[in-house]
Amino acid sequence: MLLEFKSVTKSFQDQSGEIPVLRGVSFALDAGETLALTGESGSGKSTLLHIAGGLDTADSGSVLLEGRKINGLPDRALAQVRRHQISLVFQQFNLVPSLTVGANIRFQAALAGVLDPAFVDHLVGALGLQDHLDKYPEVLSGGQQQRVAIARALAAKPKLLLADEPTGNLDEETAAIVLAQMLALVEDTGAACMMVTHSPKIAGQLGRSLHLKAGLLV
Amino acid sequence: MMAPALWALMSHWWRNPIQFFAVIGGLALATALWCGVQAINAEARASYDAAAGVLGEGQYDQLVPRTGDTISVEDYIALRRAGWLVTPVVEHRFGAVRLLGIDPLTAPAGFAGLSAFQDQSNSFQRHSVFANAKTAETLSDELDIVVQLDVADGLAIADISVVQSFAKAKGLSRLIILPNQPMTQPLLEEIAPGLKRLAANQTADVEQLTDSFHLSLTAFGMLSFVVGLFIVHSAIGLAFEQRRGLVRTMRSLGVPMRRLLVLVAVEMGVIALIGGTLGVLLGYLIAATLLPDVAGTLQGLYGAQVSGVLEFRASWAASGIALALAGTAFAVSGRLLQIAQMPLLASGKSRAWVMARGQRSKIQGFLAVALLISAAILAGITNTLFLGFGLLACLLVGAALAFPLLVSKATQVFERRSKNATVAWFWADTRQQIPGLSLALMALLLAVSANIGVATMVSSFRLTFVGFLDQRLAPELYLQVDTKDESAALDKYLTDRGFESLPLPRADIDVQGEPARLLGVRVGPTYRQNWVFLDQIPDPWTDVKMGKGLIVNEQLARRQGLWVGHSVTLRQDLALPIVAVVGDYGNPSSQAIVSESLFADLHPQTPPLQFGVRTNDPQSLRTALVQDLGLAHNAMINQAQIKSASLEIFERTFMVTAALNVLTLGVAGFAILMSLLTLADIRVPQLAPVWAMGMTRRRLALLELARAVSLAALVFAAALPVGLALAWVLLTVVNVAAFGWQLPMFLFPAEYAGLAAYTLIAAVLAALWPVGRLLNTPPAALLQVFSNER
Ligand SMILES: Nc1ncnc2c1ncn2[C@@H]1O[C@H](COP(=O)(O)OP(=O)(O)OP(=O)(O)O)[C@@H](O)[C@H]1O
Ligand SMILES: [Mg+2]
Repeated sequence: MLLEFKSVTKSFQDQSGEIPVLRGVSFALDAGETLALTGESGSGKSTLLHIAGGLDTADSGSVLLEGRKINGLPDRALAQVRRHQISLVFQQFNLVPSLTVGANIRFQAALAGVLDPAFVDHLVGALGLQDHLDKYPEVLSGGQQQRVAIARALAAKPKLLLADEPTGNLDEETAAIVLAQMLALVEDTGAACMMVTHSPKIAGQLGRSLHLKAGLLV
Repeated sequence: MMAPALWALMSHWWRNPIQFFAVIGGLALATALWCGVQAINAEARASYDAAAGVLGEGQYDQLVPRTGDTISVEDYIALRRAGWLVTPVVEHRFGAVRLLGIDPLTAPAGFAGLSAFQDQSNSFQRHSVFANAKTAETLSDELDIVVQLDVADGLAIADISVVQSFAKAKGLSRLIILPNQPMTQPLLEEIAPGLKRLAANQTADVEQLTDSFHLSLTAFGMLSFVVGLFIVHSAIGLAFEQRRGLVRTMRSLGVPMRRLLVLVAVEMGVIALIGGTLGVLLGYLIAATLLPDVAGTLQGLYGAQVSGVLEFRASWAASGIALALAGTAFAVSGRLLQIAQMPLLASGKSRAWVMARGQRSKIQGFLAVALLISAAILAGITNTLFLGFGLLACLLVGAALAFPLLVSKATQVFERRSKNATVAWFWADTRQQIPGLSLALMALLLAVSANIGVATMVSSFRLTFVGFLDQRLAPELYLQVDTKDESAALDKYLTDRGFESLPLPRADIDVQGEPARLLGVRVGPTYRQNWVFLDQIPDPWTDVKMGKGLIVNEQLARRQGLWVGHSVTLRQDLALPIVAVVGDYGNPSSQAIVSESLFADLHPQTPPLQFGVRTNDPQSLRTALVQDLGLAHNAMINQAQIKSASLEIFERTFMVTAALNVLTLGVAGFAILMSLLTLADIRVPQLAPVWAMGMTRRRLALLELARAVSLAALVFAAALPVGLALAWVLLTVVNVAAFGWQLPMFLFPAEYAGLAAYTLIAAVLAALWPVGRLLNTPPAALLQVFSNER
């Protein structure tokens, strides 16, 4: 088992008091498995994904990655988990504006010390980015920027790819192409993938689907 | 992991070279100003040493031969054996140059040119002759000349044996009597009856005056560094603001927080080192440019070893780089704290515009008011140097903090008053920019205030100094006689020939139980025209002349609390009112001045043994006095020469300071330029809607220029009172705390008007480039603002 949530709860403090967002979420994800996470806006999908990625911490319950409990780990250890086991792709592209496209793609792998130039070339080719490597992100279109983010995430050869509405900012046509390329590459590399999405159509392309409602999985 | 992370951080500078230039340039300029001031201070000190060398020779009692020109070595040895602490001097004229042989081992500290020997790193150069470059040119090639800048013009100094062998003479010219002598010693007449004692003359010792000047210059050195720091602070602030997203992305990609903080610290440390090193080099260049005498070509020109002020001193370099590091650390520490506290999932959007609003500006306003109130309170109670500098700090920081808020208020008022929509928009838009410009505005305010302060201080200092020299060295020739008969004969001789003779009788007295010196003066045009008083009744000299009043120096006034209107008891039956207080910058002791006749009444046994004489031709009067009265050459001092030498030396320092002033302003202009340039990207989205509504780019550009000018005008309006307050604190608070006397403050409206012009010009020049860029912004870039809005 790659990722396991056991009775995870999370609430946020607000002026009006405490808002419970996750109220005991449990599920498991196997290596290589793909999973869609659906739910209404504000249902806590992003929150769940952040906790899975070690960006946020659960209030109670446990989050296990390859059998190791990661909630409650100090910043250093969590950073190491993110560097070596997990990659993230967000709705906004989070590229480094001062690095070229090529440098952005290599960046995460270089941080983790697992840079494999041949593999990077393969990703660049598969995502059709070969003509843009020396440009800066600001001149790329949204779809191209998201492809760069995907290449960056996969170049680090993560065991788990977490994606939060990766195609949410793209038009339908582009979204479909980028998603297809991404899923093909995920399958190629054998990584597991958990993806937050609004679209039932996209959810249908993934191996399994979970729906979040009122802080619980249904 | 470190390398790619550091690379990603650094790539920001690569993509934003102007920001990088602002940080490096700000650091370099700040450091350069600091180093430049240090160098100028060193040069000034050397100049003063030279001045003191000229003035200081007469500050000791001396033994001279009763007849002839030489003292035998036997007499010297006999005196030393008998316990007289004397040091020998040999003088030899070589053309226009006075070759002075001294004994470095026994000469009193501070004696003419002694520092030349001590400054030499190779401890003791027995065979060298020290002279400044100009004098060195005229000296004989036989001598082993070392160029030493702080030796006065027309003077060459060497060990006594060098001068003796060069002059082929065995004897000594004079013996200087050291200030501290044994309690008991045999009478001079018993040991060396052929010698007579000449009393030290009453010339000016400018040491205290110059120390005060240094203190002020050092304060301004610090100030210019602070101005530079403002640039660094604002540039670093902007860079960090723009890299918030990057920091968050790096963390989400697995760079631990600690590691990130270390990386940023290393990055900024490297930048500080680069900027600091450049600054030290630049400071060296500035000093070298400003001190033309110190051109490195001296060595080749004179075939003489160059030594002196502009050595590249490790102490400047180290203090410069240390300051650069400390300044950067100060600017960065707050930002590091922000990174440490920034939640991983916070919005990566720049908060630059939110920052200066609301609570922050309230705190800033509160702090500013608190600091200014503290400054006002301190101004009333300050009596130590420490409090004096505290007062300066409160005043400057308070003014700097208050300024952006005041500008913001002012634009609000202007906006409400304006009838035209464009003008109203102009002021509203200006206000919107103030948070981004506030650090640059503060830097400009401090720079202009410092300029006004420096101009006021330096010019006041110069007026005071020149006035003081005029007062103390007004008689061109200063004469000394030994007996009552000689005194009367000299006075008659001078008066008969129509010279203004100024006898200077003196006696030690008690004023309220404290020792003081009573001087008698022959009131006449010299005193009436040249003496400047700190406080006086109308026409004090007439009262003095009639024996109805006396003048005291500032030292006596402060020490005893006796000012104009109080009276001083000179004899049991005689108490006179003080009619004037005179500033006395060359003398730590108390003095009281009465008329010649009253002095003779009070001390009938004390004839005047010193005389000042007014003459247009000191040289021929000198010759005549030797011929007609048999006065010894060494009993006459040409004060006109001393005065012109001292003035020339000071003039150099003043020029250098003026140049430094322009430089500080340049730095502030640089601060504005950098702020405007770094803000230019943010400006486009702000201007695009106005452009879309039909304002041409040309019009917009002109308005930008108008904004720079109006902001600069506001800066100057605020800087004038701050700068004057600064000068006032330095002259009347810090100086009194440090030295016990006050430098009078004068105002120089013409100089301030010039500064106002410079300020506006600096602002316009700084705005030209960004405005040019705006003019050349293609419409497509303005349009993109609308398509980019996500
Ligand atoms: N840092 C925070 N502080 C307070 N409340 C928060 C915070 N982050 C999220 N929330 C609240 O938690 C709830 C869940 O947010 P979350 O972003 O997980 O929803 P989501 O399912 O991803 O929604 P969407 O589909 O719109 O992205 C929302 O009500 C949100 O307002
Ligand atoms: Mg979400």
